[in-house]
Amino acid sequence: MKFRVLLTIGLVLTGICADLEGQQQSIAIQGDTIHTMARNADGQWMEPIKNGVVLVIDGKVAAVGPASAVEIPAGTRVIEAAVVTPGLIDSRSVVGLAGWLNYDHDQDQLEKSSPMQPELDARDAYNVREPLINWVRSLGVTTLHTGHAPGQLISGQTFIVKTRGDNVDQAILEPKGMVVCTLGSSGFGSGGKSPGTRSKQMAMLRQEFIKARTYMDKIDAALADEEKEPPARDLRNEVLVQILRRELPLMITAHGSVDIQNALRLQKELQIKVVLEGASECYDYFDELKEQQIPVIIHPTMMRASGKGQNSSMETVAKLVAAGIPVAMGSGYESYVPKTRVVLWEAAIACAYGCPFNDALGLITASAAEILRISDRVGSIEVGKDGDVALYDGDPFEYTTHCVGTVIEGVVVSDQKR
Amino acid sequence: MQFSPIRRLRPLLFSALLLLGISSILYADTKAFIGATIYPVSGPVIEDGVLVVRDGKIESIGARSDVVIPSGATQVDSSGKTIIPGLICTHSHIGMGGGGDGSDPIQPECWTLDSVDVRSASVERARAGGLTLVNQMPGSGHLISGRTTYLKLRRGGKVDDLLILDADGWPMGGLKMANGTNSQRAAPFPGTRAKSASLVRGAYIKAQEYRAKIEKAAGDPEKMPERDLKLEALVEALDGKRIVHHHTHRHDDILTVLRLRDEFGFKVVLHHVSDAWKVAKEIAEAEAPCSIIVIDSPGGKLEARDIQMENGMKLEQAGVNVSFHTDDWITDSRLFLRSAALGVRAGMSREGALRALTLSGAEMLGLEGRTGSLEPGKDADFAIISGDPFSVYTKVLETYVEGIRVFDRSNPEHRLFAVGGRGAGEDQTYQCCGERGGQ
Repeated sequence: MKFRVLLTIGLVLTGICADLEGQQQSIAIQGDTIHTMARNADGQWMEPIKNGVVLVIDGKVAAVGPASAVEIPAGTRVIEAAVVTPGLIDSRSVVGLAGWLNYDHDQDQLEKSSPMQPELDARDAYNVREPLINWVRSLGVTTLHTGHAPGQLISGQTFIVKTRGDNVDQAILEPKGMVVCTLGSSGFGSGGKSPGTRSKQMAMLRQEFIKARTYMDKIDAALADEEKEPPARDLRNEVLVQILRRELPLMITAHGSVDIQNALRLQKELQIKVVLEGASECYDYFDELKEQQIPVIIHPTMMRASGKGQNSSMETVAKLVAAGIPVAMGSGYESYVPKTRVVLWEAAIACAYGCPFNDALGLITASAAEILRISDRVGSIEVGKDGDVALYDGDPFEYTTHCVGTVIEGVVVSDQKR
Repeated sequence: MQFSPIRRLRPLLFSALLLLGISSILYADTKAFIGATIYPVSGPVIEDGVLVVRDGKIESIGARSDVVIPSGATQVDSSGKTIIPGLICTHSHIGMGGGGDGSDPIQPECWTLDSVDVRSASVERARAGGLTLVNQMPGSGHLISGRTTYLKLRRGGKVDDLLILDADGWPMGGLKMANGTNSQRAAPFPGTRAKSASLVRGAYIKAQEYRAKIEKAAGDPEKMPERDLKLEALVEALDGKRIVHHHTHRHDDILTVLRLRDEFGFKVVLHHVSDAWKVAKEIAEAEAPCSIIVIDSPGGKLEARDIQMENGMKLEQAGVNVSFHTDDWITDSRLFLRSAALGVRAGMSREGALRALTLSGAEMLGLEGRTGSLEPGKDADFAIISGDPFSVYTKVLETYVEGIRVFDRSNPEHRLFAVGGRGAGEDQTYQCCGERGGQ
């Protein structure tokens, strides 16, 4: 009991700090079924809680369990739903940069002036008032890994936001996510510019990282020896050095078999952290992905089965899960419609095509948080984590089920039936 | 006038096969599917039903106790499964068929059947989605981009095998028109909405004059005007023989289509109609059917900004005849049932949503006399599915066109197209109006 009081005081204090932003509140969410998406010590999914309660105090989960075991403080707002899941995570989005109207003025996801621009910071382009943020939020999405689109060899950075806020700073969960790299024909230069072939893509990347390593060596030399001058600041090299130091992952979008093979080779050569994204034909490389510990952010299940996705399969997710490869799902990038896909619906199709329910929900909750390295904050409903939940009136994956509410850090951010 | 010699040869072929002593050829085949939950669409749901198919037609349908199964019929145990009419997509780009080029905004002389590739993987995927009939459309980058083709998804290696012929032996299809921003661009294309309508008026006035000359000639070849393929198609539209399938999104563009229809008297189906919910009352009063699309998020362009999942519900409640379409590749034919399921999610009735995938579509193509519902005498076009039509977990198991199975999920070659994987693809993508496609 004493511990709980202390914990509460601690949470209140944390809450006071957070309340400066006016964001966090307390709320109790009652669910007939609560999928906490917590794992046990063996890494297995915990059973859902029947007739449960999630108590969120000052933005954080203070308690979760059967209604009989969770005491709801007097005066706490209580909301109810048939099914409760963690707030959903879209592991690869361009929402906020690629606007819904799809005209030049709202398309900030891809700069085509140069094939490699890792210095482009997603924070500088994110429109917090973009209507698609509200759209995905009304369908349970509370966290977006969003940023520059595939389409150039290195198109820029991503970052991680909560689907809230009146300005970008209020939205940020992690200011730097990954660096976006595209292999294959969709990463060829525009207007006849290099790279125009796959070999050229690889040669350009190798050369750029050799330069970055030289830059890094100069920094390290200056750190080790006061006599030596550090190199002049260089935004591009600073980001590439973070990749070489394994502080930032390189997220490589690759669909075709050859392109995935190149991504694997690049990881081996540079010994960097790679996350494979898209990955239509990754079914050719399960052994290599495991050996090189490369997680996969798989294409949306309903990605068009043409062009780069011509050999994509709606069963790939099930196979990745069965092979024990860490996998999450993103909404990807669409040049036309739907201007954003909805990860809830994409994971639903993965579930319908052979992926077990928990693993399918994991694609857009706990597994996503693990791959994005934010599982200390989000992805599962566990004490101490952010009070982010989504509410439904039935099986979340069923076509005719509605998302009836979305909560971010204890604040109801959407309550329409969608 | 016979378009295809196959039709003429059919009786001969039939006799020849009989002479060869082949007794189980397709036209003499009788099958009884027994025990399924059947949605005839034209009537109430039948539990533990029987569907009898003979010579490509539905012979009888009803509860097990009410249907006499013909002796000699192959009996198929369908218990635990669900049978629905074959799905009809009123707006599809499978097979990648296109219409006019960039030379002119009005090209009714072009015909998608001259460009459609029926061997495309997209056609296989449509069969895997339970589709049996599609309206194969040219794009929306023209005011009039060409003649559409109605394709029955029979198995065949050439487009002729999939055509539906009219009483004169001509392939059936409609006429694709569009307004709004897709068909506005640099000259000779229109730059404004008023110019778009004006160009269309001019074309139909010419067609009226052409028709008047033909009528005046009263069959005298000397007095007949020179044949003009553009005007011939427009005269067919004026005469109601060729249904106009009109791409339109914004509320005012929708009303412009209805104004032009009333001026010239063509039959029209309104397609996409993102803003239809705003003018549902006007559409209902005009008795104009709507072929709608369901997109997973709003936008993509300004005129589709206000598209709603509730469109189907609001049109249904206003009394408008509604069908869904895939606009494949915009949405995937394999998941066509999903479009209607999302309509139900947004408030449409289940009955209305299933009708919108089947009989309503047939009506919009003028083919309700032969397909779209499970009724005796109609073509045996149906799909066997694993459960509730509107559940995400339901799979299309088999698709039949005119009594012949064209998709069988248990066949690995067919299954590849249903789920995807190495070899399921194709190198082509549909493009009608530049990078932004042709919703």
